[in-house]
Amino acid sequence: MSFNVQAVRGQFPILSEIIDGRPVHYLDNGASAQTPLAVLDAVRTYETTGRANVLRGVHRLAERATDAYENARAEVAAFLGVGPMEIVFTGGCTAAINLVAYSYGSLLKPGDRILLSELEHHSNIVPWQMLRARAGIEIDMVPVTVDGRIDLEKLPGLLTPRTKLISLAHVSNVTGAVVDVGAVVAAARSVGAKVMLDGAQKAPHGPIDLPALGVDFYVFAGHKAYGPNGIGVLWARPELLDAMPPFMGGGSMIGRVTFAETTWAPPPRRFEAGTPPIGPAIGLGAACKWMRALDWTGAHAHEMTMVQHLMDGLQKIDGARIFGPAGLQNRYPVVSFMLDGVHPHDVAQTLDSFGVAVRAGHHCAQPLMDRFDLDGTTRVSMAPYNDGSDIDALLTGVRHAAKTLR
Amino acid sequence: MSDQLYQDRIVALAKAKTGAGKLESPTKSARRDNPLCGDRVTVDIRLDGQGKIAEIAHQVRGCLLCQASASALSSIAVGRDAAGIADIRHDAERAVGRETGEAREPFAAFAPVAAHKSRQECVLLPFEALKDALS
Ligand SMILES: Cc1ncc(COP(=O)(O)O)c(C=O)c1O
Repeated sequence: MSFNVQAVRGQFPILSEIIDGRPVHYLDNGASAQTPLAVLDAVRTYETTGRANVLRGVHRLAERATDAYENARAEVAAFLGVGPMEIVFTGGCTAAINLVAYSYGSLLKPGDRILLSELEHHSNIVPWQMLRARAGIEIDMVPVTVDGRIDLEKLPGLLTPRTKLISLAHVSNVTGAVVDVGAVVAAARSVGAKVMLDGAQKAPHGPIDLPALGVDFYVFAGHKAYGPNGIGVLWARPELLDAMPPFMGGGSMIGRVTFAETTWAPPPRRFEAGTPPIGPAIGLGAACKWMRALDWTGAHAHEMTMVQHLMDGLQKIDGARIFGPAGLQNRYPVVSFMLDGVHPHDVAQTLDSFGVAVRAGHHCAQPLMDRFDLDGTTRVSMAPYNDGSDIDALLTGVRHAAKTLR
Repeated sequence: MSDQLYQDRIVALAKAKTGAGKLESPTKSARRDNPLCGDRVTVDIRLDGQGKIAEIAHQVRGCLLCQASASALSSIAVGRDAAGIADIRHDAERAVGRETGEAREPFAAFAPVAAHKSRQECVLLPFEALKDALS
C-alpha cells in the first residue's frame, strides 16, 4: 500500500493556504512542524468545554481538565513505550534539558564528567556549561565525521570512570544523521555512565521504543512533533526521577509545606511546579496519538524518496554541496546544503520568494559550523505531509539563486 | 516574483567588492558579529593626521546584503571622520526605513530592505564595525 500524502495533507489546514499569492511549501519542519486538525480540535475542546486548572479543583471543569491533562501524559507515554508516571511535562525541549542539567546535575560531584558531541544544539551544550560553572564538572566532546555523524569510534577513548552522562542528539538538527544508540549505550555501560538523548528531531518521525533503546533520559519538544508551543517532555527512568531533587519550587510539586520544611511530591509532579501548560500538553497528547495512528513505514519511505529527489536535484546544480550523510542510510529527512558563492541567508530569502520556507544559518550549532568553517547552511527539513512539489519548488528557487546571486 | 529584495543594484554593489580585503598596516581594525545570523564583518582603516579615513578595507563573512553594504560604505568612506560616517549611516537607516527622509546614494539602493525587517541588521553591521574602528 502506498502512502497517501494527500490524505495527510488534508489534515493540516495551513498547507492549503495561499499566502501572498503563493502556496505554502513548508520545509522548515525541523524548526517547528505544522499542526493537524486532531491537535487543534483537542486544544479547542479543552479551551471551550473543560478549561480549568488541574489537580486543584473539585468542580466538574477542573476534573475534566485534570482528566484531559493526565490522559495526555498517558498518550505521550504510549508514544515512547513507557509508563505515564515517568513522563514529566516541561515548557519545551530546552526546558527539559535544563531540568536534567539542574536536578540530575545537582547529584554530580566536582570532577565528574559529561560527554557531549560536536554537533549538539546549543540547548544541549549551554546548560552543561552552566552546570560546569556551578558545580565544577568537566565537559568532554565527541568529534563529528566529515559526513556529519557523531564519530562513535572516538567515543570509547573519551570515556573515563568519572563520566556520568553521555548526552547526544538522537538525530542531528543540521545533518539529519541518526546516532547508533546501541553503541552509545553499550559504551556508556562499560563505565557506568547514563545516556540522555535529545529527541527533538527524532520524535517528529514516529513512535519511539525507549525500553528497546535502553537509554536513561529522553527529551523532545511538542512544537516540532505537530503539537503546540510551550510544551516539552522529559522521560527518565523512575529510579532516576526518584533520586532527583526538584528544579523549580512552587505549587503542585510539594508533599507538605511548613516554613520550617517542605517535602517533595513524587515524580512527575515534583518536576511540574506551578500551573502547567495544560492546553499545550493536551495538544501534545493528541499529536502523539495522531503520530501513533500514522503509517510510519509508508511515511518514512515517502520521506526518503523526497530526500533522494532533493539530493538528485542539488547534484545537478553547480556548486551545491550537501553537508551530512550522502546516502539514505541511517538518516532522517533533514538535509543541509551549501551553495558556493551564495550565502545561506540569501538562498533562504530567495526561496521565500518562491513560497518555500527553509531555515538558514548556524542552526544553533555553532561549534559544528566552526569545526567545518561554515558560514552556515541552508536546511531542508521534511515531514510526512511534504510532497514532490515542495522539493521541485525548492530546487527551482535554488537554481534561481545560483543564477542571479553569484 | 513579487519579492524584489535582490535588485540588480544591490547585487552589483556586492559583486563590486569595493574595499574587500585587508590593509597592510591598519591604524585600527574592529570586528562585529551578528549573533542572530552569524554574519561577521572586520573593518581595517588607516587614518590620516586629522582622524579622517585615508584607506579602508573589509572582510565580510555574511550575506549579500552585508557584502553590498560594506562595499557601498567603502566606496565613500575615504576622507571622512567619525562624524562623517555617522552622517552616511543616516542614509542607510533611511533606506531601510528605520529613519524618515530620503536616502542619498549609494545607500538609496537598499530601499527594498525596508520590507524585510529581519534583514536590516545585515545592512547596518558594517557601520557598527566601522564605528568601533573609529572610536
Ligand atoms: C536537536 C535539537 N535540540 C533541541 C532543540 C531545542 O528545542 P526548543 O527550542 O523547542 O526547546 C532543537 C530545536 O531547535 C533541536 O533541533
